[in-house]
Amino acid sequence: MGGAGTFVVARRRPVQLYPVAGRLLPFQGDFMAARAQAESTQSVSRFTPGEWRNLRLGLLFVSPWVLGFLVFTIYPLIASLYYSLTRYDLLRPPVFLGLKNYTILFFDDPHFWNVMGNTIYYVGFSVPLGVGSAFIIANMLNSRVVARTFFRGIIYIPSIVPAVASAMVWDFLMNVQWGAINGLLRSFGLPIIPFLSNPAWSKPSLILVAVWANGAAVVIFLASLQDVPRALYEAATVDGANMWHRFRNVTIPITSPIILFNLIMGLIVAFQEFTIPWILTQGGPMNSTEFYLVHLYRNAFAYLRMGKASALAWILLLIIVVFTMIVFRSSARWVYYGGEK
Amino acid sequence: MSTAASQQQVRPVPRHYGVGKRRLVDFAIEFIKYFVLVPLTFSFAFPLYWMVSSALKVDAQIFTVPPILVPIPAHPENFVDAWQILPFTKYAVNSVFLYTGPVVLFTLLSSTIVAYGFARIRWPGRDTLFWVVVMTMMLPWAVTMVPLFITFKALGWLDTYRPLVVPALFGHPYMIFLLRQFFLTLPEELSDAARIDGASEFGILFRIILPLTKPALAVVALFRFLWAWNDYLGPLIYLRDEDRYPLALGIEILSRRANDIGNFSNGLPYLMAVSTIVALPVILTFFLAQRTFIEGISLTGVKG
Repeated sequence: MGGAGTFVVARRRPVQLYPVAGRLLPFQGDFMAARAQAESTQSVSRFTPGEWRNLRLGLLFVSPWVLGFLVFTIYPLIASLYYSLTRYDLLRPPVFLGLKNYTILFFDDPHFWNVMGNTIYYVGFSVPLGVGSAFIIANMLNSRVVARTFFRGIIYIPSIVPAVASAMVWDFLMNVQWGAINGLLRSFGLPIIPFLSNPAWSKPSLILVAVWANGAAVVIFLASLQDVPRALYEAATVDGANMWHRFRNVTIPITSPIILFNLIMGLIVAFQEFTIPWILTQGGPMNSTEFYLVHLYRNAFAYLRMGKASALAWILLLIIVVFTMIVFRSSARWVYYGGEK
Repeated sequence: MSTAASQQQVRPVPRHYGVGKRRLVDFAIEFIKYFVLVPLTFSFAFPLYWMVSSALKVDAQIFTVPPILVPIPAHPENFVDAWQILPFTKYAVNSVFLYTGPVVLFTLLSSTIVAYGFARIRWPGRDTLFWVVVMTMMLPWAVTMVPLFITFKALGWLDTYRPLVVPALFGHPYMIFLLRQFFLTLPEELSDAARIDGASEFGILFRIILPLTKPALAVVALFRFLWAWNDYLGPLIYLRDEDRYPLALGIEILSRRANDIGNFSNGLPYLMAVSTIVALPVILTFFLAQRTFIEGISLTGVKG
């Protein structure tokens, strides 16, 4: 199959496709700047007329994005910061409170810490489990497997089925009285599992659904595994490496940038998980699945506390930035860049 | 296990090299592989199988222990009956013509133009600005959710699809990224030749570049369709009037009705039937365009 390869063949240098490895994106800026500088010694302007023309044209082409970026990203970011310092219920104009929303959240709102704990629990388990299982499945599929396309398709499909539809099925499957899983347990005489009605089970149940719907990561991993140079495995085999050695010393280092990518994207998505918990448990039982975005949504659109919701959003932004930075920092130790790839 | 044996044969193995022990390890791993893979695939497929098979049952076949795996007799009329309990045809029209269709068209148009500006014209500052595009892919959308709602409310756009559709006119970072990567692979000589002939940049984009970009455009259209079709939170925030609901929200109304015990019979089968109908276009698209899907995800790591 074509994989990523079909899109990159014509580049002189292999194009690093993955956004998280931002520093590996091909930058031609230096070259351009150097040329512009060389020419600026002769002309009054920094750029030649041709370059001015290109600048105007380039900006014209990207102007829709620039406009959208200003209107739908920069303005909301700033506005959100402002609203987070106010009390605002959409009916009356915002009232400036200073940092009160934040101090109340941190020091006076036991609910907030519960939500934080739930979210960290959810992210802490679902992301490593999701990425880990996806990596292992991808490796199993990458070796000689009969009907690989079939396996890959079956594992991938849950990730593209509408979340509402999957939520409905899982709600049914995990039902205590007539769910298929408990029906099966019962017919074997085993105790039933209160998946969604017991606070001890609710979070693991939602994590299970998240891992089930994580097939896209398998496909990403599989594509990257197929790009690992064969020669490395052959060399390792000649040196007497068994499957485990090859996995540990060839596969993992070579695909580590993709592991990093999936980890970070998984983090960003998991911190903002909404649809499945909202439909399956609405934050219950006993607030055990009141995750960050569920809580934020409730405050913004059920209680119309736009100020508090904005403060929550900014805290989430900072948390995600910090977590991403931690993963990035640690990546220097375990992510392998360069080599032949 | 025949594959394991054939694999052993093709490998260039120096025979004197402690082969016996290694073969044993390799064989064990090979065995574990299928031992894990087959049940795993079954459990991945089971929920969706259960969705379809439950859609074909009546209440009497649902509330049984042990659960019935294959419904005999099957009740395919559920699909028709369930569809008529709520105005699902209207929801489907909303999903297709008010949301998915416009969003896909707008995204294709805007992202292509923007990506062209980032890939095929050299201008100072281009790559710095592109780096900003990449950064926005990682920005949590929760941060912009509240102010955007306030803005769209002030514009009087609540209860319309405009808050969900209009932003698509300004390019989507993932799609810009994807198309830029693709544009970069096309040889520069193509554009240069056209420039010498006096073609404008728009002319080059639409007459020369786009015809070569079909695979990438297919990926963009496919994933944008998928996100809009599956979107739940967006319509939940912006739409109040049930007449305007897309299918995703329609399912939820049905589930609330079905959960009120005694409201009507076959609530669960109907719910599963409608869920199946809504999931079907996605699954069918996957089977028809499997290659496009796989290339798309491998290319950018976009999630379904």
